[in-house]
Amino acid sequence: MPAFARYLAPLLAFLALAALLYKGLSIDPRTIPSPLIDKPAPAFRLPALKDPEQFISNTDFKGKVTLLNVWATWCVACRQEHPLLVKLRQQGVEIYGLNYKDKRPAAEQWLQRFGNPYIANAFDADGRMGIDWGVYGTPETFVIDKHGIIRHKHIGPITFNAIEHEILPLVKKLREAN
Amino acid sequence: MQYKRFASNCIQLIFALLITLAPVGAPPVQAAGLEAFDFTGKVDEDRFKALIVQLRCLVCQNQSLADSDAELAHDLRREIFEMMDNGKSDKEVVDFLVARYGDFVLYNPPVKPETWILWYGPFVLLAIGLLVLVYTVRKRKHQREPGFSAQEQQRLKTLLGDEDEGDKPA
Repeated sequence: MPAFARYLAPLLAFLALAALLYKGLSIDPRTIPSPLIDKPAPAFRLPALKDPEQFISNTDFKGKVTLLNVWATWCVACRQEHPLLVKLRQQGVEIYGLNYKDKRPAAEQWLQRFGNPYIANAFDADGRMGIDWGVYGTPETFVIDKHGIIRHKHIGPITFNAIEHEILPLVKKLREAN
Repeated sequence: MQYKRFASNCIQLIFALLITLAPVGAPPVQAAGLEAFDFTGKVDEDRFKALIVQLRCLVCQNQSLADSDAELAHDLRREIFEMMDNGKSDKEVVDFLVARYGDFVLYNPPVKPETWILWYGPFVLLAIGLLVLVYTVRKRKHQREPGFSAQEQQRLKTLLGDEDEGDKPA
């Protein structure tokens, strides 16, 4: 082995390891990639939060780009992201809600107090729709395209950054697509 | 004095041993919330428990579905119980969960291109290590043959020869 290789090899090995570990620092182990991305949104049919006689289902999403936001009144981070959802709605983004394992009066009171960014809310009392959609923590937000395909999942509270760099550009792109 | 010290050392040793052995004797951790299920019906308790220890809780990621007390773990256990009650096989239950949560729910991830590094990486590293070892050992062997080179033999001869002459009686 030439002398320079003898010194270069450990250095390269070290740099490779350092790069690997550095990458690891920026990966959040709590963010689990969803197998539902680029797949049709799981079918559901649930009573609406506002009126148990009315039903919300996949057909409501047809033909438009929508966000499905999973939330609950017992979820602290949902309170944190709520004003941003209200802003998104004001910008014309169509948002549906999945009220997850919550109580109707509490949820309705929440919407009255903090504003209602949702076109409608599906009321998932026992969390079964949550399981079908692979929800493992609230809040979670799905971006669904015109054909009812899930294109993106944001795990954790929506941030200003996520809106500017992920959600709005994606919604725009999906709206322009056929 | 000597005996006293010996006795106290012994006691310390016994305590240390007891502490190390304690977890072995402790009863196994009871699955949280499992008592809520009725195993008198179709679902076999052993089969149910054997399955849920292989599945990872998504919320507290270092606990299995059997250990976790998270809300989601309760819901998933209920779901799995009901699926089994409806006659679903273990594979169907696992496929159901993987379709929703991904391979992440499995403590035993499947072998496929994305997990090749995980499964075969250690063997690749082992092979590299062996190659380096063989290379190094061989090089060392070539570098230094046992015994003396011709030049060294010559020098040795001269030195020993000188000495021999010097030692010889006149």
